[in-house]
Amino acid sequence: MTNRLNPRLLGVALIAIALLVAPFALSGQQYLLRVVTTAAIYAIAAYGLNIILGLTGQLSLAHGAFFGVGAYTVGLLTTDYDWSFWTAFLAAIVGTTVLGYVSGLIALRTQGAYFAIFTMALGFLIFIIVVRWESVTHAHSGVSGVKFPENIGPIDFTEPATMYYFVLLFLAGAAYTTHALLHSNAGRSLVAIRTSEDLAKSIGVNVAVSKQLAFTASATIAGLAGGLFASLNGFIGPDSTGIDRTFEMLLFLLIGGLGTVMGPILGSLLVAFLFEMLQDLETYRFIVLGPIIVLLVIFAPRGLIGYLNELVPARFRHRDTTPEPVASTTVSDTTKDGAL
Amino acid sequence: MLLEVRGLGKKFGGLDAVKGVDLDVPEGQVTAIIGPNGAGKSTLFNLLAGFYRPTSGTVTFEGKDITGMKPHRTVREGIARTFQTTKLFDDATVLDNVLAGRVVRSKSNALDAVFHTPRHRRDERASKARAMEELEFVGAAHLRDRLASKLPQEAQKRVSMAQALATEPRLLLLDEPAAGTNDEETEAFGLLIRQIVARGITVCLVEHKMSMVMNLADQIVVLDHGQRIATGTPAQIKSDPLVIEAYLGANTDQAGAPA
Repeated sequence: MTNRLNPRLLGVALIAIALLVAPFALSGQQYLLRVVTTAAIYAIAAYGLNIILGLTGQLSLAHGAFFGVGAYTVGLLTTDYDWSFWTAFLAAIVGTTVLGYVSGLIALRTQGAYFAIFTMALGFLIFIIVVRWESVTHAHSGVSGVKFPENIGPIDFTEPATMYYFVLLFLAGAAYTTHALLHSNAGRSLVAIRTSEDLAKSIGVNVAVSKQLAFTASATIAGLAGGLFASLNGFIGPDSTGIDRTFEMLLFLLIGGLGTVMGPILGSLLVAFLFEMLQDLETYRFIVLGPIIVLLVIFAPRGLIGYLNELVPARFRHRDTTPEPVASTTVSDTTKDGAL
Repeated sequence: MLLEVRGLGKKFGGLDAVKGVDLDVPEGQVTAIIGPNGAGKSTLFNLLAGFYRPTSGTVTFEGKDITGMKPHRTVREGIARTFQTTKLFDDATVLDNVLAGRVVRSKSNALDAVFHTPRHRRDERASKARAMEELEFVGAAHLRDRLASKLPQEAQKRVSMAQALATEPRLLLLDEPAAGTNDEETEAFGLLIRQIVARGITVCLVEHKMSMVMNLADQIVVLDHGQRIATGTPAQIKSDPLVIEAYLGANTDQAGAPA
């Protein structure tokens, strides 16, 4: 449609290339590569939360706990029960899917703030179980010696770069799933629910079923990320199921852009980078982070991706329709937040 | 009859919002439901579309009992509706709004989308084509890339009709399609509704603008205090003493008397 480069695609390509070459750029700097790998895992979890919060508009505060359940499933099964990583990982995915489905059946009977409170309570419940059920979870001593994925043929996962690419595979999958959803009827149903539940009903969206599927899928993705985290880290403690995890995911989403395809990646990487820079400040780093978040909410309420999208010329915003020069002369009139 | 309603009732607390309403909507016609404010017109619509569950009575659509069916089922059966205060997905474009109306007719699911199956691609192409057809039909095709929230009221109403039509309804429920429009626009909407009927879609509408109702309706049903007080052609309704009393009687309602 035009011979000029689409800045949106260019942005995606830049992030993709940066992620692909990271292990080479960081060769010899094992610690930094580990930081990036961890950030990528958190980004996967943020994609999970993005489906239920960003697309469907339901604020779930249980996702840190789902992450933790995934992490503990892999952690406990590969140590105390000596399962292989692969079977434990599968169990973590299936387990969090079932947990998400069952808790969704109850939680989704509530709406708005009540849903947020209910899911927060669910998160605390899971946290308390991990802390109190010492005979199984080892409570505050945590789980150490979590297995790396076993070799597949010549692929050795104890190699940091291999582990990184393994995580990146899932990150790409999560980003692509979000993209595919947004351009499908299933995704449009979710966004319809976010915008107006009544209107969604009137065009035939089965609101209850759509929400249930979205909540379950988002729990699965969070649990999967937790499983990867346990394996990469080798050690997990009760804090990996805590509410702080949930709020970190929220932070990534708010900074990156709720309901967008690239927001979770961008948000997680940026915050990880900021956290590293401010490491010496320890808990005081929120003194720096706080004002940044306030500024962001004021000047870029749709997150960085939302902000960048508004800078993109209108003609690039619709891949599948030919642009209309007359209708799209003013940016404010045709601004699309990239959500639908 | 396309739609047969028998003894339909809805109680809110102890109050009868709709009580014992019988209604026959013949296929291919325009049926108008009128009545003073608070007569139960919108409640009746909400009952027909499945937004409320009736406390008594039955609703039969194309010979099938749809009483108490949820909205996502009634839409599938072929009943579409618009809202009194026009509802659209504000932060989405006009085209995406109409595309949302295709969800119910789509056969591909989330997994098809993720794996980009041929079924998904076929569905997307067909949906887009149909959405554009409906936008052209209502005369809003040139607005397709505009944000819904930035459109004037009149254009929003057209888009919401295109959205409802995209669900391929057999019966279209229009809740005050001409509210908040000027005389010229009201006339244009009347014309559009005629074109909808000409496509073989039965229309049932609630409207306060009597000029529009009298011009458009084949049949008028008058509600008052949740009950049906009259049914007939526009000419019959105009001279019905009960109707005149409901509008001009004890209460001086701003709804306006039949012209």
